[in-house]
Amino acid sequence: MTRLISRRRLIGSLGAGTGGLLLGACDRINASPTVQRLLGVGTGATMGAQRIVTDRTALAPEFSAAEMSPVFRTNGTNMPTSPDYAVHLASGFRDWRLVVDGLVARPLQLWLDQIRRMPVRTQITRHDCVEGWSAIGKWSGVPLKLLLDHAGVSGSARYIVFHCADSFGSANYYESIDLIDACHPQTILAWGMNDAPLAVGHGAPLRLRVERQLGYKQAKYVMRVEAVRDLAGIGKGKGGYWEDVSGYQWYAGI
Amino acid sequence: MPKPAHEVIHRHALVTRLTHWINVICLTALLMSGFQIFNAHPALYWGQKGADADPSWLAIPRGLPHWATIPTHQDLAAGRLWHFFFAWLFLLNGLVYLVHGFASGHFRRDFLPRWRQLRSIGDTVWDHLRLRFPKGEESKEYNVLQKFSYIGIVILLPLMLLTGLTMSPGVDTAVPFLLDLFGGRQSARSLHFIFAWGIVAFVAIHLIAVLAAGPINEIRSMITGRYRLPPERAE
Repeated sequence: MTRLISRRRLIGSLGAGTGGLLLGACDRINASPTVQRLLGVGTGATMGAQRIVTDRTALAPEFSAAEMSPVFRTNGTNMPTSPDYAVHLASGFRDWRLVVDGLVARPLQLWLDQIRRMPVRTQITRHDCVEGWSAIGKWSGVPLKLLLDHAGVSGSARYIVFHCADSFGSANYYESIDLIDACHPQTILAWGMNDAPLAVGHGAPLRLRVERQLGYKQAKYVMRVEAVRDLAGIGKGKGGYWEDVSGYQWYAGI
Repeated sequence: MPKPAHEVIHRHALVTRLTHWINVICLTALLMSGFQIFNAHPALYWGQKGADADPSWLAIPRGLPHWATIPTHQDLAAGRLWHFFFAWLFLLNGLVYLVHGFASGHFRRDFLPRWRQLRSIGDTVWDHLRLRFPKGEESKEYNVLQKFSYIGIVILLPLMLLTGLTMSPGVDTAVPFLLDLFGGRQSARSLHFIFAWGIVAFVAIHLIAVLAAGPINEIRSMITGRYRLPPERAE
């Protein structure tokens, strides 16, 4: 009988927990750092499971020209506000150079023309926003791995960080990916979209395409590519602007 | 020879009861965090793509009410965190249930409709519409409509999981077949939404049946396992 009562109590408290959820007490539960860490187990498991079942070189689905979105909507920044960017935009990025540095043997500064003359990969892929919508577009650019090989990434580097020209308040946008994604054949720095130069709304002069991940990883207005050992010293340490500010997950494969 | 009216049987195994209540918590959290995620872009499409300029088959410009979302304010990151955590818990819980159901013979014994049940399915439907539920000896086993809805939900839940996975760009890379199966990422998102309401409908009918069949006895049987057989109808 004791066992029965304790079981009843258990169920009762489970029921009360559910009632609490319904009444919105979950807002307080949600704010607890312990709960956030516990819930984060789910996302950690997702990344682990995906890494187990996914071949690291498997290609994201590519689509036909007929399947492309008639209108590819923009999101985030549509026009960076810094004076530097305005100057470069006015001159068609003629005097602009991409910086590749950090843990590399040969830091690079590349003119946009140089990058355009490098081998090109063109792919029609699906862009999935974390909000839920999808758009299909055609991207042309240099495989990131080629740039990294030119620069000679050090054996101690683990992540590639993208520093961007657009700012949200005080901080500039940034994102990061690991070397598995950085060296993936579909990971490119795109300078063209839908057979035209990349428009400002989509991240001119260069944006990252890291297929297999959500839209907020696809950094626009990339100014600098940095190889780092860990993400602790970048921004607030979570590996990306939205990761730091609003708690989006660093791994955005789901 | 009718059994005594107050006969008490042991109806639900411990694993069934435990997984049932974990399901209650998981489904509640999944539904409410799912609404939160839906509200980040409250429109649904068919096909591979779908955004503002594309034709949607459902659009709720103001989104679903905040009292129905976790957390109550707009917070997509938190909604995803909750959703994926409880999706994993729900999956593990479901696996425990399935393994137990097959291994213990619960599914074979209690889920497969019997011939005599199938033959009298018309009567069962008519009885249910009048909210007349099996009594006495007959109430020891699941009736045929119950069996079909339990089999249905056991099919619906994996579809829920698969349509959810099809929304993941990482999974689409590993298993592109899923996109063919559901007709694209936006179709999968639409189906995920529709199937969610299918589960809500199942729960609603389940709760109505529990209320009509005697809520105290029914709920007790899912907590302690003990079920008092309803007395035979005086006919």
